[in-house]
Amino acid sequence: MKKIVMGVVIACLPFASSVYSKPSDGGTINVVVQPEPPSLMIGMYSNGTTQQVGGNIFEGLLRYDKDLNPHSLLATSWENSNDGKTWTFHLKPDVLWHDGQAFTSADVVFSVDKLLRQTNARLRTSLAFVDSITATDDYTVVFQLKEPYGPFIRLFEVGTMPMMPKHIYAGTDYKTNPANHHPIGTGPFKFDEWQKGSFIHLTKNENYHVKGLPHIDDIYWHVIPDAASRAVAYETGKIDVLPGGSVENFDVARLSELDNTCVTTDGWEFFAPQAWLWLNNRQGPTADKRFRQAVMYAMDREFAKSVLWNGYGEIAKGPIGSKTKFFDDSLPDYEYNPEKAKALLKEMGYDGTPVRLMPMPYGETWQRWAEVIKQNLKEVGIKTTIVSTDVAGWNQKISDWDYDISFTYLYQYGDPALGVARSYISSNIAKGSPWNNAEGYNDPQIDKWFDEAAVAFPDSKRAELYKKIQHKLVEDVPVAWLMELEFPTIYNCKIENLIDSGIGINDAFGTAWIKQ
Amino acid sequence: MNIIKTLSQNKVAMVGFAVLVMLILVAVLGPYVYEGTPWKMVQRPFIPPFENSSYLLGTDILGRDVLAGLIYGTRISLLVSFVSTVIALLIGIPLGAYAGYFGGWVDEVLMRFTEIFQTVPSFALAIVLVAIFEPSVYSITGAIALVSWPPVARLVRGEFLRLRNQEYVLAAKLNGQSNRNIILKEILPNSLSPIIVLASLMVATAILLESSLAFLGLGDPEIMSWGYMIGSSRTVIRQAWWLSFIPGVAIAVTVLALNLLGEGLNDALNPKLSGKRES
Repeated sequence: MKKIVMGVVIACLPFASSVYSKPSDGGTINVVVQPEPPSLMIGMYSNGTTQQVGGNIFEGLLRYDKDLNPHSLLATSWENSNDGKTWTFHLKPDVLWHDGQAFTSADVVFSVDKLLRQTNARLRTSLAFVDSITATDDYTVVFQLKEPYGPFIRLFEVGTMPMMPKHIYAGTDYKTNPANHHPIGTGPFKFDEWQKGSFIHLTKNENYHVKGLPHIDDIYWHVIPDAASRAVAYETGKIDVLPGGSVENFDVARLSELDNTCVTTDGWEFFAPQAWLWLNNRQGPTADKRFRQAVMYAMDREFAKSVLWNGYGEIAKGPIGSKTKFFDDSLPDYEYNPEKAKALLKEMGYDGTPVRLMPMPYGETWQRWAEVIKQNLKEVGIKTTIVSTDVAGWNQKISDWDYDISFTYLYQYGDPALGVARSYISSNIAKGSPWNNAEGYNDPQIDKWFDEAAVAFPDSKRAELYKKIQHKLVEDVPVAWLMELEFPTIYNCKIENLIDSGIGINDAFGTAWIKQ
Repeated sequence: MNIIKTLSQNKVAMVGFAVLVMLILVAVLGPYVYEGTPWKMVQRPFIPPFENSSYLLGTDILGRDVLAGLIYGTRISLLVSFVSTVIALLIGIPLGAYAGYFGGWVDEVLMRFTEIFQTVPSFALAIVLVAIFEPSVYSITGAIALVSWPPVARLVRGEFLRLRNQEYVLAAKLNGQSNRNIILKEILPNSLSPIIVLASLMVATAILLESSLAFLGLGDPEIMSWGYMIGSSRTVIRQAWWLSFIPGVAIAVTVLALNLLGEGLNDALNPKLSGKRES
């Protein structure tokens, strides 16, 4: 069978570090982890901080650079057949688990087909396209797909498809396996100690499968529950790295001006968090397309970006973020234009019925953002009442569709089929989750296009379909897109090569080093 | 009247009174002078005070006029505190009066009931109440009233216990007057002075309570209040301390004015004390 070689990258894990001077070994890094993760078992918990810490203990078959191109990690090369349905992965030999056992194709088959299929809901959706997973020899795994599923090659990131040790988990109850408290992976760092409420300690894996890595000896992840205290801990030098989102936005500007402080917005490309306003498409004024368009014109998103986000991030143009695959930059703009908004409202005959506006209970920035939007809407004649809730109440109200307008932000995972379609296809309209098609947008044409685009082959066909989707959605405004968020990582400049991939801090420390 | 005369001679109390009158004027007239809404983003954010003549106290983190916020905040602070105090009095006075006047098991039952409220820390209870009923002007006023009436009840009960065996009360009883009449017309007027003093201090406490709730994000999200202004600026206190400081001063001045007035009233209404002063 003739095969298209998609990428053969020979053991080049530190794909950016060659730019810098020669790395030195040794040293300890102190990082903030906020909030404290419920577990480090990355295959069972999808919490952001589980991924941040666990991503240094566990590994996926591939890594992704900031342009989301796959690179070798536990797999050295991979091929896709002509019809796009058969993927063959060649594993790296001589990889050891932290307990000394060898990593083989049996671990891959077990992790994906058994463990993750059961524990990872997001991956399970994609595995529906997979017909079979087989190990042809100790170092070769073949994935047979039912259809040429486009996003398949972007599933191998550590948070989505982490490799789990078969010899420890096979035949046990995954949820209660004692290894969950003492995770064993193949990654550059080994778990050492977790003092709940205080810190998590990882130590260097001396037998790491990439020669010369990692450079750092110890990582301490500190639990500091208060945002102001985290900022102070950084200022006093107790902390070297503040991962994105761990201090209030207003503190970012101040901290980034400190001596010897580096700031980067890199390392979120894979997630590409997209913020928008849910607009309830079922009832009230928000059910009218013209009203929703008016909301888009009424919002001064540049103001929010510069004042609330200190200029970080991009104004969102539509459903697909500009860093995600198949983004179409020919989309028309919804510029800030109150007059146009007023005209649209007049045309639909909006009678001034007040609508409820529910901020996201995720801190000061989101609260202020709601106040800005409220004022923006008021200026075009839309009266809103702010509904305050806590996190549980917010989840509940969105899941029950009991809202008119509300904030949210969701990850895109590099491919529209993975992170975008879920918010717009009608099969995803279901009470009980705040992460699905909670706005209730229902359009058979869009459903059909999204279905086709997920399995179209090759990519040019997918791009064509996603272009149609984007133009139609931008016209219909099922939700009011706000911004592509950027969460700057603040760190001590003595750390070199910190953000080295599209998932940033989640697998940062294997390649980072400290300037001596 | 003697009381007013005594009070007007107390300079400190008059300062408090003057400040209070001024605040009431601001609350009533301010919004007519400052039209529009204090939520409007009028200028670039973080203008320091006394730098831009059209925004005398500068702008906050979103570029909203701090002076406008202060003026509208006066309104909500005074409104909530006065109304909640009136409600607290309406609950506390009858309860205390019945308990003190009738004594016995009525007293027992009512006082145990009061103690339930007294044993729960009032601020914690207010937070819970506001959180349950969702923050709004009504829930906040109600919650503050509900946590502030127990001291009133205890005070009134004490007064009634003291006065119910006075000769004029016994005379009224012998006269065949109804209990209601005796309570309302004989005893209550004679116990008013400590209640007035307490009420003036309760207004001050209510302002603090309202501000604290707003500071914690439990204010009415539709209404600009001093506590909200401090709370929303606390994340930038390192960069723009004045944003928290200015409304803080407003709260301090208002509470101080009320305390001074209350002190003055206490002096004026307490004959023994005022007699001592004169001598």
